[in-house]
Amino acid sequence: MNPALSYRQAFKTILLRDLKIALRHRDDILNPLLFFIIVITLFAIGVGAMPNILMKIAPGVIWVAALLSTLLSLERLFKNDYQDGSLEQLLLSPCPVFILVLAKIFAHWLGTSVPLILLAPLLAMMMNLHPDGYMALFLTLLLGTPILSLLGAIGVALTVSLKKGGVLLSLLILPLYIPVLILATAAVEAAASSYPYQGHLAIIAALFFASLITAPFAVGAALKVSTN
Amino acid sequence: MWKWLHPYANPEVAYQFTEKLIPWFNVIAAILLSVGLFMGLAYSPADYQQGETVRIFYIHVPAAILSMGLYFSMAIAGFCALVWQLKLAHAAIAAIAPVGAAFTAIALITGAAWGKPMWGTWWIWDARLTSELILLFLYLGVIALDNAFDDKSQGAKAVSVLALVGVINLPIIHYSVEWWNTLHQGATVTKFAAPSMAMSMYIPFVICFFGFAFLASSMICKRFLGQVLARNSLRPWVKQLATAKEG
Repeated sequence: MNPALSYRQAFKTILLRDLKIALRHRDDILNPLLFFIIVITLFAIGVGAMPNILMKIAPGVIWVAALLSTLLSLERLFKNDYQDGSLEQLLLSPCPVFILVLAKIFAHWLGTSVPLILLAPLLAMMMNLHPDGYMALFLTLLLGTPILSLLGAIGVALTVSLKKGGVLLSLLILPLYIPVLILATAAVEAAASSYPYQGHLAIIAALFFASLITAPFAVGAALKVSTN
Repeated sequence: MWKWLHPYANPEVAYQFTEKLIPWFNVIAAILLSVGLFMGLAYSPADYQQGETVRIFYIHVPAAILSMGLYFSMAIAGFCALVWQLKLAHAAIAAIAPVGAAFTAIALITGAAWGKPMWGTWWIWDARLTSELILLFLYLGVIALDNAFDDKSQGAKAVSVLALVGVINLPIIHYSVEWWNTLHQGATVTKFAAPSMAMSMYIPFVICFFGFAFLASSMICKRFLGQVLARNSLRPWVKQLATAKEG
């Protein structure tokens, strides 16, 4: 009889469970992705399909679309677990909340952001981004999207017990996303004009580690508030 | 000091104490603001570069400092509410947030009015302007989250967490003029060294600042009374108060 799961096992169990749930509900993965593609297409149509204009706005548009599609997918992070009561069971378990929350956020990132990162070069090509910017776009998305998931999880945890949390969530979370947006678009723009962008990337990495360490505690506190 | 502070954790005592403070705050704010604004708007010299438009500074800078200071005090209240479970700290957050949002809006609007003659534009995506706008969004988020909960005590805890998370924006606003070399001028009064402005302008500014600070305190106290009453509406002392006011 195993009295308590080790932290590693607990992390793995939750991660696999959430990934399995995500794979069974393919809409949850596909819809934010389709949204991401459609928003970018709308920008290209709405602004006017002139290659040099598209080239200028490409980093910003791709990043804003990534922010919005992340926001769209965040709802499912805790909502279903909250409704069927398994969230309370998880919080009652002897395993620290930090580990559980980190596993759930990691599963969310794998399900939502990784497909988005893989699709990004295609859309960058549609937006006529300069080829020098591709690597920067990939790296900023790789380092930046986990920050979006981590910070977004705080907002979801705060609003999970509310009936109409969706719109409120965007008001709470989007202001916190702005530093990442500024740094990431600046990095891609610098790279597209073949300037060095390692400085921006280093700050994004610093933000990533800072939010990786602090956000799960805030999420844990917020979940305890929401579940009472 | 703890013994001295302890009775004020009782809502009734805090209510009566705050009620006594408000008239004092009102009087002090009225005196300081009338003297400070008169000195600032009529007597202080015009700036050698910016001319008469510099006078908006006596409203703009106090509002900007207060917008950040009030957010910080709200975050401190949030910290106290989470760590020591103080019910009154919850009421304080709900009292501070709209006042802070108003001062942020004043700072943004007066800044725009000042920017038009000086920079030739109402708005520019300058680092400090952007971060001050984000501060406004953070305040609005706190207010919206507070309104979204039916259960006030549960909502208050959520709001405390959000207020604490948002505090990360404050150093960004404060240092934005030093980190990024943009259109907004550097700090002139909110630095530790001697202020880089003439005394004839500095003294009216300080008087104005404290005038606005007392005005904000008075408004917060007034809102705090309302919050305390709403949260304790079933207590006997509130009922007594209500019947006494009616009778």
